[in-house]
Amino acid sequence: MSKQGVVPDDFSQPFWDAASEERLVIQNCLECNRLQHPPAETCRDCGASDSFEWKPMSGRGTIYNYGVVHDCPVRLLQEDQPFNLAVIMLDDDPGIQMFSHLPGVPVDDVPVGAAVEVIFEPTANGQLVPEWRVIDD
Amino acid sequence: MTTPTAPDAMYRNDEGLGIWEHRGKVAAFGIGHGPTSRRWDGRPETCVGAITIQALRKAIADAGVAPEQIDGLVVVPVTTTGAFWEEGKPLPMDVIESFNQTDDPLDGVAKLSAEWLLANMPELTNVQFTMYGPGCMSNALNVAAQAVGDGLTHTCLVVKSWHNFEGRYYQSGANVEDALPGTAAITRLWGGPASYGTALQFAEYCRKYGKTHEMMAPFMENSRRNGLMFPEGYWAQHRPEELGREDYLAARWIAKPANLFDNDIPIMMSGAYLFSTAERAADMKQKPVYILNHASSNARPRSLTPTLDEVEAETARTARKIYEGAGITADDLSFENMYDGFSLFHQFHLEGLGYRGIKFGEALDFYQTDISIEGPNPVSPSGGNVGSGRSRVWMHTDCIQQLQGRAGARQVTGVEPEVAVSGGPMPLGGNFTVWSASPD
Ligand SMILES: [Zn+2]
Repeated sequence: MSKQGVVPDDFSQPFWDAASEERLVIQNCLECNRLQHPPAETCRDCGASDSFEWKPMSGRGTIYNYGVVHDCPVRLLQEDQPFNLAVIMLDDDPGIQMFSHLPGVPVDDVPVGAAVEVIFEPTANGQLVPEWRVIDD
Repeated sequence: MTTPTAPDAMYRNDEGLGIWEHRGKVAAFGIGHGPTSRRWDGRPETCVGAITIQALRKAIADAGVAPEQIDGLVVVPVTTTGAFWEEGKPLPMDVIESFNQTDDPLDGVAKLSAEWLLANMPELTNVQFTMYGPGCMSNALNVAAQAVGDGLTHTCLVVKSWHNFEGRYYQSGANVEDALPGTAAITRLWGGPASYGTALQFAEYCRKYGKTHEMMAPFMENSRRNGLMFPEGYWAQHRPEELGREDYLAARWIAKPANLFDNDIPIMMSGAYLFSTAERAADMKQKPVYILNHASSNARPRSLTPTLDEVEAETARTARKIYEGAGITADDLSFENMYDGFSLFHQFHLEGLGYRGIKFGEALDFYQTDISIEGPNPVSPSGGNVGSGRSRVWMHTDCIQQLQGRAGARQVTGVEPEVAVSGGPMPLGGNFTVWSASPD
């Protein structure tokens, strides 16, 4: 599947720089040592606004949930309908979720609860983006 | 005059606030609706501003007050969630110039300000108080109730309208671009439609409790049936079609397990109410429907999308706030009338309330029993957005009409209409109003 391209902005630059090096990082508040995703200018827990790091993740997770998209508002993805859209929970903190198209998993045949690992795939403009694949036993 | 947005302090967000200080002292009297349509046809007399004026005038006449007695106006300024006037598209000057204008040319066409309404309703000569309750009618009702209770206004109109244009929701802007800005891209590259989040919660619910999407069919059928008895609604006015089990289950998927009918249909509409102090009841044409409480939920998920645990914790918390401030329990509810757009989260609201003793995971079984307006356990007698189109308003109108005994063919007959609660939209994030036929 070809996702829309990405034009990193100042705020998101470290996330995308890490992705370009095939590393997954998640915003972490240094005040309360709490991961936050989606990232934001302030910590949704303690309200701190200038004490963040982009913390490296293990790249392991599990499939928490999924739906199957048949009618997508994003033009570039419409040719791939229907497609899986899963929610991954990170092993580093199961409260942190990431979306995944689960490349290689048949449509609507998603093993909820299965272990996954992060991979990186190119978007339409070549920027690498974190994706997830099921770990074979 | 510049209209302020309601301050956070006007909403009842917290547990432990006790009985609402204005319990039973504020009441709804008049109701007015503008005509519905699927999309705006471009004429001045059908634009969102015009149908809003119609709704407001009907609410005034319905209550039987003179326009100059009205001293307050609470407005939801946003009139869509997904039909925006495209940048660069020529302005409809013939329509804009048919009305008295404000600084914003799209006022009355793609949004609504209190100033635009007052400029085009010259009969409202005495409005001293205006305020925005942004979001839904549910927000505006909370604001109007608190404002009347606080004495900021004595006779107050509250209005919410929706416009809809040609084209489909969300199929423009960033969604048709070849690239996204990096911050948005972190969460938006995957292309979930609007109902995807609710579909996820419903999928988790079904897995946890062993339920299926098919079990929604009786709720959908009942909702459309009730909607077809709602003469103010879209389906009743334009497409009087029942929604049978087979029709529902055969519909195409949008974000499985959410199908086409689980997504409410965008329409043009306007709904308005007239609120006043309960002591003015003797002057009014309609019976008062007393407000016992209003409550809000402003919870947010920890991460991208609410988990079922987060949903259930918050609907239960919301119910505690609703009941606490009103001084009632679930046993007092005559019927259930919470929000349903998307249909697949209606059961979360219902279970949170504990309507008829229902616990988490039991609502879909409850849907298989008699939930009709004739039975002892009415569910969504308004028919909601499923029954009348996207407005987030029908449940409120229905509660008032039911308690006034003038819901027409929809009038509940298996229960005495005494106390009801309506509100939404989301299980995490909504506003709720408790209505009563009596002030105590
Ligand atoms: Zn923090």
